Amino acid sequence: MGMAADQIEVLIREALPDAQVTITDLAGDGDHYAAHVVSAAFAGKSRVAQHKLVYAALGGRMGGVLHALQLTTAVPN
Amino acid sequence: MSDINSRIGDIVTSNDVVLFMKGTPLFPQCGFSSRAVAILDHLGVGYESVDVLQDMEVRQGIKAYSEWPTIPQLYVKGEFVGGSDIMMEMYEAGELEQLMSEAGVKRAA
Repeated sequence: MGMAADQIEVLIREALPDAQVTITDLAGDGDHYAAHVVSAAFAGKSRVAQHKLVYAALGGRMGGVLHALQLTTAVPN
Repeated sequence: MSDINSRIGDIVTSNDVVLFMKGTPLFPQCGFSSRAVAILDHLGVGYESVDVLQDMEVRQGIKAYSEWPTIPQLYVKGEFVGGSDIMMEMYEAGELEQLMSEAGVKRAA
């Protein structure tokens, strides 16, 4: 069950090398996280497309071992 | 697979607003589904809900249909809008209300 926060960050950075990733362990149980991901790769993309890039980076873990990940995405200022 | 795709296609095109969720609006079985219901209730729009826990075929099929790995999922006028995080961002930005009104979605009775 669950994934370590730094593991989530590593996977996202592998796919989106410029990403600034902020992970919050919401419940302190290593299973409920919030991730805020800022990357230039999101520019010009819809929110759905931005989230799909992150889910792709997580390689099928979303909805599986990674049940509870609140996700917000943004383009760098 | 094509059968379930056409079933889902029928559901999302024959209802203006559809929420695929775990549980029912009265008894959501997951925090994310609960949040999605709360957002739609705040907006006061009428919507159809589909409890994926009662239908394993839809539970798996909707993920492939939307190319989206998690439940809940919101559809408006046949178009995939997003999961609960996107719903919350759009709600807070006033974009969800705008989307509903542009789509001509009726208020809940």
